[in-house]
Amino acid sequence: MHIEIDEISKSFGTTAALHPVSLSLPSGALVALLGPSGSGKTTLLRILGGLEYPTSGRVLFDGQDATGLTVQERRAGFVFQSYALFRHMTVFENIAYGLRARPRAVRPTTAEIARRVTKLLELIQLPDIGARYPSQLSGGQRQRVALARALAIEPRMLLLDEPFGALDAKVRKELRQGLRDIHDTTGLTTVFVTHDQEEAMELADLVVVMSMGRIEQIGKPQDIRSRPATPFVREFISA
Amino acid sequence: MSDATLVKPAPFRSATEEAPAARWTLIAVAFAGLAILVFAPLIAVFVEALADGLMASLQSLASADARDAIRLTLIIAAISVPLNAIFGIAAAWFITKFDFRGKAFLITLIDLPFSISPVVAGLCIVLMFGANSALGGWLVAQGYPIVFAMPGIILATMLVTFPFVARELIPVMIEQGRAEEEAALTLGAGGWRVFWTVTLPNIRWALMYGVLLCNARAMGEFGAVAVVSGKIRGQTATMPTTIEMLYQEYLSVAAFSLAAVLALLALVTLLLKTALEIRHADQLAAKHSH
Repeated sequence: MHIEIDEISKSFGTTAALHPVSLSLPSGALVALLGPSGSGKTTLLRILGGLEYPTSGRVLFDGQDATGLTVQERRAGFVFQSYALFRHMTVFENIAYGLRARPRAVRPTTAEIARRVTKLLELIQLPDIGARYPSQLSGGQRQRVALARALAIEPRMLLLDEPFGALDAKVRKELRQGLRDIHDTTGLTTVFVTHDQEEAMELADLVVVMSMGRIEQIGKPQDIRSRPATPFVREFISA
Repeated sequence: MSDATLVKPAPFRSATEEAPAARWTLIAVAFAGLAILVFAPLIAVFVEALADGLMASLQSLASADARDAIRLTLIIAAISVPLNAIFGIAAAWFITKFDFRGKAFLITLIDLPFSISPVVAGLCIVLMFGANSALGGWLVAQGYPIVFAMPGIILATMLVTFPFVARELIPVMIEQGRAEEEAALTLGAGGWRVFWTVTLPNIRWALMYGVLLCNARAMGEFGAVAVVSGKIRGQTATMPTTIEMLYQEYLSVAAFSLAAVLALLALVTLLLKTALEIRHADQLAAKHSH
C-alpha cells in the first residue's frame, strides 16, 4: 500500500514534536525512519498507526484520505518497542488475539484460527512455542512473536518501533535478516523506526533522516551516504 | 599484604546490617510493640467474649439485635465494596491511561478520605442530605430518607473506603503502562474488549487486594456510620455501632462476642491478603515502589 504523508504536524501542548513534514512511501517499500531521540520519528510512526492524531495535515493510504480512520480501522500491524506482548496469554493466544477480536461475521472459525497461528509460528521459525508465556521467551523470540501477532490481522502495512532496540548485537544481526525476509515474503509496505544508522542503511530501501521534528533527507542508503544533504546528516551517518 | 592474612576475618556482615546487639534490641522492641498493641487486645476480645462460656457467647449472637447488626453490615459491605471497586477501577483507568491537567490534584483528592476524620465525613453527609437541608428535605418528602437510613450508611461507608481500590490500582497500572492496551487496539479490539481481555487480567491481583482491604474497612467503619445512621436498633445499627451500644450497656459478653465475629472477619481478610501477597508478589510489587 502506498502511504502519503501530507504536511503532518504534531504538538504536545506548546512543544512541537513534528513540524509539518511530507513524505511519500512507495507500495512495498522497506522504509527506515532514522534519527536521534526526540527527532519525532516515533511520533510520525504512531500517527501512521492511528495511535496519535496529527495536529494538522493528512495521511493518505493508496490516495484515500485516512487521517480520520481509527486505530482499528487502519489495520496497521504494529510492533512496539518492548513488544507489548500480553503477559497473561500464551504465545498462541497472543497471535490469535487480532483474529478473535474481529466482528463475529468475519471472524475465522476456531480451526481456521489455529491453522493460521500455526502457519505464522512457522513463518517466524518458532513452531513449538505456542504454549509458552512471554516471560518464558528470550528477547529475540519475543520480537518474532510480536511480529507474528502483528501479521495475524493481515495488515495493510507493517509499522515497527525500534524493533531491534532491546536485543544484543548478535541477535540483532540475525533478526534484521528475518525482518527483511518477512518483508520480501509478504510484500507489505514496512516502516521501522531506528536510531542506529548502520541498521537503517543495511536494511532499508528508503531512509528518512529526521532531526528535531523535521525531515533532513529522504533517499536510498547509498545516496544518503554519498551525498548527505545537510551537515546534520553528514555528522549523524558518520557516527 | 602479609599482615592482612594474619588478621582473623570478621564474620560476614553486609554494610546495612546492624551489630547483633542492636539487631536483637530492635527485634525485641518491635515484638513488644506488636504484643501490647495488637495481640493482647485481640486475645482480650476473645477472652471477654468467652467469659461466660461458649454457649452464652453464641446465645448473645443469636439475639435479634446481633443478627440484625450482622445482616446489615454484610449488606452494606456487599453493596458498597462492589460499587467502590467499579469507581476505583474507573478512577485508576482515567488517571493512568490519559494525560490531562490537574492529574496530581485528582490523585490527592482521591486520598482525601484517608486524611479526613470519619466523623467529619459523616457530618458532611448529614449536612448534605439531612432533613434540614433542601435536598434532604425534598428526598424525605418523596419517601427516600438518606440520613438515619440505609442509603446514608452506604454513602458514609463508600466515602470512607473510596481510596482503597484506586490506591492499589494506580501504581500497578502506571508501572504496566499503556503499551499492551495500544497493541490490542492496533489488533482491532474495541475499548470494552481491551478492558476485559487485557487491562482487567493484568490488574486482577491488585484489584483483589484492594477489594479485600476495602471490605475490611467497610465492615469495621464506625465514626462516619455512627453519625449518619442514628444507630436505630434493628434498623440502622451496624456491627461496630451495636458493639459500642452493647458495651455502654455493660452487656460485655454480647459486646465482645460481636466484636470477636468482626475480628474473625478481619483475620480471614488478612489471611486471604497474605495468601495473595505470597502467590502474586511480583504483580503486587509495583505498589511498594512508591
